[in-house]
Amino acid sequence: MYNKINSDDISVLRSIVGDSEVLVGDSISEDYSHDELGDVKKMPDVLVRVHTTEEVSAVMKHAWARSIPVTVRGSGTGLVGAAVPIEGGILLETTKMNKILSLDKNNLSVTVQPGVLLMELAAFAEENDFLYPPDPGEKSATIGGNISTNAGGMRAVKYGVTRDYVRALTVVMPNGDILNLGATVAKNSSGYSLKDLIIGSEGTLAIICEAVLKLLPLPKVSVSLLVPFPDMKTAIEAVPKIIRSKIIPTAIEYMSRDTILFSESYLGKKFPDTKNDAYILLTFDGNSDAQVAADMNTVAELCLEIGAKDAYIVDTDERKKAVWSARGAFLEAIKASTTEMDECDVVVPVDKVDAFIKYTHELADELKIRIPSFGHAGDGNLHVYICRDELSESDWRSTLKLCFDRMYEKAESLGGLVSGEHGIGYAKKEFLKKQLGDAQILLMQGIKKVFDEKNILNPGKICF
Amino acid sequence: MNILVCVKQVPGSNNVEVDPVTGVLKRNGVQSKINPYDLYAIEAALSLVERYGGAVEAITMGPPQAKAVIEETICMGANRGTVLTDRKFAGADVLATAYTISQGIKKCGEYDLIICGKQTTDGDTAQVGAEVAEYLGIANVSNVLSVDEVSSGKLLLTAALDDKNVKLSVKLPALISMDSDVNTPRLPSYKTKKTLREEDVTFFTFDDLDDKDPSHYGLTGSATQVERIFPPEKNDTKHIISGDHAAKTEELYQLLRTKKMV
Repeated sequence: MYNKINSDDISVLRSIVGDSEVLVGDSISEDYSHDELGDVKKMPDVLVRVHTTEEVSAVMKHAWARSIPVTVRGSGTGLVGAAVPIEGGILLETTKMNKILSLDKNNLSVTVQPGVLLMELAAFAEENDFLYPPDPGEKSATIGGNISTNAGGMRAVKYGVTRDYVRALTVVMPNGDILNLGATVAKNSSGYSLKDLIIGSEGTLAIICEAVLKLLPLPKVSVSLLVPFPDMKTAIEAVPKIIRSKIIPTAIEYMSRDTILFSESYLGKKFPDTKNDAYILLTFDGNSDAQVAADMNTVAELCLEIGAKDAYIVDTDERKKAVWSARGAFLEAIKASTTEMDECDVVVPVDKVDAFIKYTHELADELKIRIPSFGHAGDGNLHVYICRDELSESDWRSTLKLCFDRMYEKAESLGGLVSGEHGIGYAKKEFLKKQLGDAQILLMQGIKKVFDEKNILNPGKICF
Repeated sequence: MNILVCVKQVPGSNNVEVDPVTGVLKRNGVQSKINPYDLYAIEAALSLVERYGGAVEAITMGPPQAKAVIEETICMGANRGTVLTDRKFAGADVLATAYTISQGIKKCGEYDLIICGKQTTDGDTAQVGAEVAEYLGIANVSNVLSVDEVSSGKLLLTAALDDKNVKLSVKLPALISMDSDVNTPRLPSYKTKKTLREEDVTFFTFDDLDDKDPSHYGLTGSATQVERIFPPEKNDTKHIISGDHAAKTEELYQLLRTKKMV
C-alpha cells in the first residue's frame, strides 16, 4: 500500500529542506519513536525538519506522488501516540517553524507558526498586555500540537479551549495544496467550518503551517485560593456548588495529598500545605482588586460552609509559583513514582466528577492497583493515571485493559466522553470506536477520505 | 519563646521601572506586597513557635498603609504586630532605618529572638538586620539556613558562609537573618483574615519612642544620601557560537572560563 523510502526520496527531501535537516537511520534519536507516554513506539524511516509552508507543501507533493506515509510531530509531548509514525515513512518535525509572525492589536490576534511553544506564546502575549487563554499543563508543547488535540488546560472553566481561540489556519493538504481556512474575523457563517475540522484532528487531515489566534486583554489582577478539605468527596462535591454560585473562576483544579507528595519528592521542594487529604485550587481574575477580592471572598465563604478547613490566599508571584509549579509537575511526578503508567483523560459532566473519582478509588481497591488522579474539576476533565508499580508485564497488560474498559464504561454511563483534551491518537481509538459506534466512526472515516484519499497523512490514528 | 519578625512592604512587582528623567521609582498603580525574603523569616519564626511554644509578633516601618503587611503576617500565623510610622521617619537610609526599628523594638517589649529576611527587593542592601542587632547590643548571624535547636537560652543554627556552612551556638537574645529559599513559607489564611481586629496592629509614631531627638531619624538621621537613582544599563549583546560540535564546545568552554562561570 505504501512505498518504502529509497535513496531517491532522500535526495528529493534534501533538495527541499537542505541536507542537514534530513536524518535517516541511526542519526535519528530514539526520542522520535514515541511521545511523552512512550507506550506506542515506531521509528520513522526519515526525519525531515521543515522551516516554511512551501517546504511542507513540497514534501507533501512528493509524499503524495510516491504514496509515502507522513506523520507530523511538534515537541512530542502528546500522550496518546498521535505523533508516532506507526507506518514508518516520513516524520515531519515542525519545531523549526517557530516564529511569532505578527501581532494585530486592532483585531486582537496573533499569527504564529506551528512550532511556537505554548510558553513562548503565553509570554509574548503577556509582554504585550494580552492573554492567550488556553493553558494546558504542558507548557513546552507546540501551538500546532495544541490545535491538533484541541488542548484545553486549566483556564477552560472561564475561557474555553484552544478551538475557541483559533480564527484562521493555513494548512497544507496531503496532496501538497496550500489552503487558507477561516479568517481574522469575529463571526463566520460561511459554509462548513473546515478550520474546525482541522482543530482536534491530530494531524490526520492536513498539516497546520500557520495559525491566527485570538487574544484577550490581559486581566490586571489574578489571585488563587488553595482550599484544603478533609477528604476528596467533600472537595469535589464543592465544585458544582461553586459553579452554581454564579462566580466563574478562571480555573478549578483538584489535587490529593498523595499527588502533592509525589510532586514534592519530584521537585525536591515542599508544597505550602500538606496537612489535609484533598485540595481545590481556584483562580480568579479581573480588572480590579475589589472585584477579584469580592469573587474570592464569596467562594471562600461557600467552601467554608461546605466543610473546607480554611482557604489559603495565593496572591503574589512567589506564592503562585510555589503552588502552580507543583501543579504543573503532577504528571511528571506521578510518572517518576512508578515503573510505568498509562493515563485516562476522560471528561464527564461537572456534577459527575465526584462519582467518577469515587469509582476510580473503588477500582483501585478492587484491582489492587494505584490510580492517582488530578485535574480540571471545574470542567469535568480528569487525568487519571494507572500505575504499574511492581506488576509483571502480563499482569500489567491485563489489569490495564480491565481498568481502562471499566473506567471508560463508567465515564460513558455518567454521560462523559473518552478524551477531554489529550486526544485519541493511536492508544485510545478502540475506546472511541466502542463509545461512538459504527455510524459516527464511518462519518469520520469518510471525512478523512475526502481530505486524504491515499491515507498517507498520519495513518492508523483516531478512526482507523 | 517570644519572637519578633521584621518585615517590609515593597512594590508588588519585581519589574518596577525607574523614571529615567526624575530617577524616581514609578510606584503609581503598582501594587505592594510583603518583601518576599521576609516570608522565610516569618515561616522560620512560626515553625519555631510550633516546636517550642511562645508567640510571634511582627514589626515594620513605613507609611500607615504598611499595616497591610502586618495583617498579612498575622494571617500567616503571627499573633500581632506594630507599624512604625511618622513623617519624621521618611527618607531614612539603612542607618536611620535600623535605628528607628531598634527604638521601636525597645518599645514593643522583650524578645528572645528577632528574625529578619536576608534583604529587601527594593532596597537590596541586606544591612538593616545587622545594624538593628548592633543598636540593640545583641548577637547577630546572617545567612541562616536553619535553626536546629533551642535549649538553655541558646540557639543552635546552621548558617552559610561563602564556600561552606557553619554550625553556631548563639546566646539569646539574638537577631538572625534567614537566607532565601530555606523553607516553604505557609500561605495566609482567609479564615484568620476574617477575624482581624483593629487592636491586632499597634501604631507607634515619633512621639512614642524613647529617643526624642529628631536628628536621629529620617533624612536628617541618615549617614548617606541618595544622589540619583537610575535604571541599570541593559545588555542585550548576543554571542552566537557557530561551527562544528567540537569547535562550538571549545568556544563555549573558553567563553565560560573567561567569564569565570566554570
